[in-house]
Formats: sequence, C-alpha cells, structure tokens
Amino acid sequence: MRRLAVLLLLLWLPAWPAGAVEPDEVLADPALEDRAREISKELRCVVCQNQSIDDSNAEIARDMRLLVRERLVEGDTDDQVVDFMVARYGEYVRFSPTIRFETLPLWFGPPALVLVVVLAIVMVYRAQQNRSAHEGVRPLSAAERARLDALVEKLGGGEKPRSQGDPP
Amino acid sequence: MRRWLFFAPVGLFVVLGGVFLSQLLLGRDPSHIPSALVDRPVPEFVLPGVEGRDGPAGFATADLQGSLSIVNVFASWCVPCLAEHPLISGLSEDGYRVFGINHRDKDAEAAAWLRRHGDPYTGVGADRDARISVEWGVTGVPETFIVDAAGVIRYKHVGPLTPQLLEDEFMPRIRALGG
Repeated sequence: MRRLAVLLLLLWLPAWPAGAVEPDEVLADPALEDRAREISKELRCVVCQNQSIDDSNAEIARDMRLLVRERLVEGDTDDQVVDFMVARYGEYVRFSPTIRFETLPLWFGPPALVLVVVLAIVMVYRAQQNRSAHEGVRPLSAAERARLDALVEKLGGGEKPRSQGDPP
Repeated sequence: MRRWLFFAPVGLFVVLGGVFLSQLLLGRDPSHIPSALVDRPVPEFVLPGVEGRDGPAGFATADLQGSLSIVNVFASWCVPCLAEHPLISGLSEDGYRVFGINHRDKDAEAAAWLRRHGDPYTGVGADRDARISVEWGVTGVPETFIVDAAGVIRYKHVGPLTPQLLEDEFMPRIRALGG
C-alpha cells in the first residue's frame, strides 16, 4: 500500500505545472504575482508556437513575462496587459482569441464537425434499423414454408428436438 | 440517400486532400506570424547609443520622421545578421537612412563587430534588455522594417535579407514610398 502511494506520488509529481518563471522575476506582492501567472498562461510565446510564456524558457518569453509584471505594477488591469501584447504581436499571442468573423472557424469549427459526425451516425443507424425492421417481419414464402414443414417432419413430427444436456 | 452516403468518404478525402495540397503548394511558412504593427506608427521609444561606437548616439521615435528609413534589428552574436550585413550596407551606400536596433548585446562586442564589418547605420540604439524590441513586436534577430516619411511602419521582414528578397519585396516598396 505504501509502495503504491509512493508510486502514485512519483507519477503525479512530473505532472505538477512547472512554469518557466524564474525566482528573480517573481513579484513581491503575491496577489499581483498570481494575476501575472494567470495572464502569462493566456499569452503565447511568439517563437515557440504552442507554449504559453508561462511555460517557455525562450528569452523572449522571459521578456514578455517581465513586461506583464511591469504593466501590472504600474496599475494596468488584466485586460489592458493582454491588449498591450496584442497591439504589438497581434491576435496571435492570445491562446483564446476574441470572437470575430476571422476567428469564427476557430471557435465553432470543431463543434460543427462533431455535430456533422453525430448527424451522420444517427442517419446511418436509422437507415440500418429501417432495413432490419422490414426484413424481420417479411413472411415466409410458400416454398420456404414447405421446406420448413419437411424438415420438421424429418426430425420427428413436431416433437421438440433433444438438446445435449437432457438425460437420454 | 444511400448513394450519397456511399460517396461521402470520397468527397471528404478530395476536400481534405485539396486543403493539404494547397497548403503544401503555397509554401506558406506556418511559423510566420503576421505583424500587428504594419501600417501603424512606430512605437514611442528612446534608445541610448552603443558605447564605444564612433558616430552619433542612439535614436528615438522622432528620428524616424521626415524621410523614409529602414530599421534593422541586429546583434553581434547573430550569424544571419552577419550574412545580411553587406545588403544593409548596400542600402546605406545607396543613400537610404538605415537605423540599427542592437538587440540583447554587449556594447563592447557590438562596437567591435561594427568596426570589423563596417558601420552603415545612421544611428544605432542599444537595446540591452530587448525592452524596445518588444515594443517593435520583434520575435528574433534579424528583422528589418521599412518606415515611411510619416513614421509609419510599412513593411516588416523576419529573418535575414537576401538579394532576391531585397529586389522582389524591399525595393518595389521603397520606390513606391518615394524613397
């Protein structure tokens, strides 16, 4: 049990969010630092594409982190800080872009795709159900009926065929 | 209805294939980020000069007004900057005003680099902590901007200049701006 706990702890530890923030960057005011961390997670590092500046060790990410903190210390709101970065690096720096005409596919593309797939599945399922429902109730033709009767006759005139588990 | 479903995967494949093919053939670099600063005035800044460099001191927003200028972000530690340096020098020899933002560099090393490879710059600003580079939306060195006479950024190129780029992208724009 203790081994298991240790193993779980070890597995979980690397998953702990390890930012790239270095000690000399951290602000003295914990509330401001918290806000800085939250903003940093929403800003994309412009040279590493899929990392936030909070995660990235790139020098430019460090510069941007320091700038975020500088703006916060000067009394900017969170939105003002993000706008400041967007003004310089474009909409690209946001991990969650604002909803505009150009960003509509970004926001609604994936749900639309899921919707299409779900609709397709429902349609195929319906079609299949329809087919099996029709086939299930189709009455036997005269020839089939005759053949079935002949088989039943051969097995012993309507007597229930013995199954293997029954005593002889 | 059934027939339509039968051809749906083929249709999907053709559409996806078309998207991928067009992306492949257009040769667009996915790491290219459109600049937010093109057609916007240059940011407000004052850069001190590089210590040890001969010639005038740094430059500021006001210096970029009045006539067309080219702003080149460079560093002595940046190899592509050295590769494009003859082209930057050529622009200066052709009579264009070229300003340099010395990005995250040591003054002594930048001054030595300029002495060794030639100093085509009208003014060089020492951006030691890259603070002003961020104002310019710079993501790395080298980067080169065309700023018109009104102090508005008209073009930005990320990466080193090449003779072909200079001829195809830079010179037509510079001529159009009456430089």
